[in-house]
Amino acid sequence: MRRLFNFHGGVKPPTHKTHSNREPIAQAPLFAEYVVPLHQSIGGTPQPLVKAGDLVLKGQRIGAADGNMSSAVHAPTSGVVKAVEMRTAAHSSGLTTLSVVIESDGRDQWCELTPLDWRALPPAQVREHLQNAGVVGLGGAVFPSHLKVNPGKQGHLDTLVINGAECEPFITCDDMQMRERGDTVVKGAAILRDLTQAKQVLIGIENNKPEAIAAMEATVKALGVERIEIVPIPTRYPAGGAKQLIRVLTGIEVPHGHRSTDYGVQCFNSGTAAAIYEALELGKPLISRIVTVAGNVEKPRNYEVLFGTAMKDMIALVGPKPDTDRVIMGGPMMGYLMPNDGVPVVKATNCILVGSAALFPPPPSEMPCIRCGECAKACPADLAPFELYWFSKAKIFGKAQEYHLFDCIECGCCAFVCPSRIPLVDYYRFAKSEIWARERDNSAADTARLRYEFRLEREEREKREKAAKLAAKAAETKAKLAAAEAAAAAGNSGEVAAPAPGADDAKKALIAAAMAKAQAQKAAVAPANTETLTADQQAQVTKIEARRAEVEAATAQAAQATLAANPEAKSDAE
Amino acid sequence: MLNNSPYLLKPASVRSVMLRVLAALIPGVVAYVWFFGAAVLVQLTIASLAALAGEAVMLSLRNKPPRTIWMFVSDGSALVTAWLIALTFSPIVPWWLMVVAVLFAIVVVKHLFGGLGQNPFNPAMAAFCLMIVAYPQLMSQWPAVGFTDFAAQWQVIFGERSLDALVTATPLDYLRTQLHTADARATVAGVLGSGASFGNIGGKGWEWVAAGYLAGGLWLVQQRIITWHIPAAFLAMMAAASGLAHLVSPEQFAGAVFHTFTGGAMLGAFFIATDPVSGATTPRGKLIYAAGIALLTWIIRSFGAYPDGIAFATLLMNICVPLIDMKTQPPVFGRKKGQP
Repeated sequence: MRRLFNFHGGVKPPTHKTHSNREPIAQAPLFAEYVVPLHQSIGGTPQPLVKAGDLVLKGQRIGAADGNMSSAVHAPTSGVVKAVEMRTAAHSSGLTTLSVVIESDGRDQWCELTPLDWRALPPAQVREHLQNAGVVGLGGAVFPSHLKVNPGKQGHLDTLVINGAECEPFITCDDMQMRERGDTVVKGAAILRDLTQAKQVLIGIENNKPEAIAAMEATVKALGVERIEIVPIPTRYPAGGAKQLIRVLTGIEVPHGHRSTDYGVQCFNSGTAAAIYEALELGKPLISRIVTVAGNVEKPRNYEVLFGTAMKDMIALVGPKPDTDRVIMGGPMMGYLMPNDGVPVVKATNCILVGSAALFPPPPSEMPCIRCGECAKACPADLAPFELYWFSKAKIFGKAQEYHLFDCIECGCCAFVCPSRIPLVDYYRFAKSEIWARERDNSAADTARLRYEFRLEREEREKREKAAKLAAKAAETKAKLAAAEAAAAAGNSGEVAAPAPGADDAKKALIAAAMAKAQAQKAAVAPANTETLTADQQAQVTKIEARRAEVEAATAQAAQATLAANPEAKSDAE
Repeated sequence: MLNNSPYLLKPASVRSVMLRVLAALIPGVVAYVWFFGAAVLVQLTIASLAALAGEAVMLSLRNKPPRTIWMFVSDGSALVTAWLIALTFSPIVPWWLMVVAVLFAIVVVKHLFGGLGQNPFNPAMAAFCLMIVAYPQLMSQWPAVGFTDFAAQWQVIFGERSLDALVTATPLDYLRTQLHTADARATVAGVLGSGASFGNIGGKGWEWVAAGYLAGGLWLVQQRIITWHIPAAFLAMMAAASGLAHLVSPEQFAGAVFHTFTGGAMLGAFFIATDPVSGATTPRGKLIYAAGIALLTWIIRSFGAYPDGIAFATLLMNICVPLIDMKTQPPVFGRKKGQP
């Protein structure tokens, strides 16, 4: 018996899994229209490869990965591209995202599939193939898988973890896949084992899925694969969190912000393993997934659903109850409220959870925190959630980060147990986004400051350059003058002093003209109140004017004297 | 407006927490009534009414809408404060003294600091400290064991009868007086063997009340309302301090069992030190906090001017809570010692 480890905290919500796991996986029917968002994974938005009017085949690439941190997107069925336009995303925000709208031609005709001889090819090429096949993590985080298929710094993994825990209530897609299609999961795990050079592969499954555990064990035995072990783990939410599962199976705690490969482990969702098998061995790109449609519906069930299928089409298949008031993507603990039921099924859609006020009653009024510590007892990241709550509420974000706000995985355990019914996770989401916004602002301010400093420097430099240019020009002129004088001196030595008095005369004439002009202007704008003066006042004014004229004449003389003494002063003043 | 995840919530509320704390006090109250008469029930009623009235008035002064006022008045927290005051005061204190104490706790210590969840000090213990300083005489007159005449008790509470013939000191008070003032040759063994107020292990009757609190407290641990840390650290420190002193000087210091089963020790360990709002919150912090209260209590009992010291010790440790919490934050996931 393998030794298992414990993670701190966790909760045991009602699992609600038996609603949807009693019927086998069904194939969703072909619908008339598919809206495939190009951005379906963490990272960049793929570039559209098709335009309105194009004919596409099932599995044809319609979006090319945008950089390394991105993954391709494919046509879910054959048909005509009706539009490449902004459509509402499967996201709580209700924002739109660039999507390819495909009208199905009803033939569902595959493009040519090319399996990869992955054993013979270098790892980089295998990764590129996975990227082009659009394989991303199907546990809900949709991280591009090709970035994770690597053996890490030490060249091999100690343990490859396959996540079949599926701890969220209501969701049974992994459970059903392992029961019915366990061979694809195990074959995928074996491929990943070889690609990552893993010494052992542990497939962790919560022990509330005995059928899946039995089926997987039988599959491993039947396929005769080596170094792959099925490990039942205790049922406790969030045992299916990658970090929690790694902890349970290996005892290793991967800190926030670190790569698990640095610790010799890597974790893939069971559905992702199957997708990798299909992409490499069958050449099939990722165009569908198993989706649990459950909640406030008559016949909850798992379906194989093509990406781009409208959620409402899936919900119609299972008979929503009349009091339905919301659609949630994912489970009740970490799922996201959808803006409407028309948004498409995407790679992250493990579950379409139909809700109602009766099924998920609105939380009672929020009471103040009484510091009871229930949240800290339940936190699987060993945080002090109530302290984070105080800091978030008071907007003391520095302290919140000091208390490791960003180690929070938003699993919802704290809010689940809180007797004061505080929506704790909302406070953390708020604090995180505020901190991100501030960091963006800071970096924008930094950029602006750098720009400003650069501009100042540039202006300084330009001034210096201009001055240098002028100095050079002046020197040149001087040199020319000197040369001319030298030439003149060579011709007639008696006229050396002649140009200087001439220049002085010209200057004096200029100054006199300017002063006359100024006086004329002054006279023209003479204040109007001097026109209606008494005789006495007029006499005074005349006296003053006479004195002023004397002063001005004296000043002008002084200026002329200065100019005569130092002709350079004029050009400096300019 | 629809809320965000999580959509599933465990059925839990402040009210259910507080009501279970009240329920856990009942065994102790039953023993109390059995040995000391129904006076304590009168005090519990007076305290409850005063607390609810004070709570409602303060909430309306704070401009809370009626729905919110009802939500807070019915959350049970004011009742817990009221009950703790009634159970730590003498059951035959005058009614007005009980009212003043409860109003001080609710109005000043709780609401002037921001209401539920905001008070840095334990309201019940702050009220106890105020009253024992303001009315030392009235606060230290307790009914003798076997004085269960309800009519007489009623008359004392409502000032229709003088106290003299009915009252006695608490066992702790009696022991302290005997050891420190009465007779230089008095020993612990001598005092405990002499008085009619001493039972098998603690004060006569009081040891059963303490046992009742112990039972209720253990149920709270089982219900996961409180963790083991605070009661365990409290009782362990109380036993260690008193036991060690008793070993060194048995004549001067009473033993561990006597100290843990006498006075407010059991109530303190399970119901007072465990107040989450004013107490430490981290596991290690809880140990330090509770051990601090126990040690200070024992020091005040043994060397101080007051017979029991839970209230002062609690307030002193309340002051230390922010520091204790800050210094004892447990390492988070992936950042523990021994991690690669």
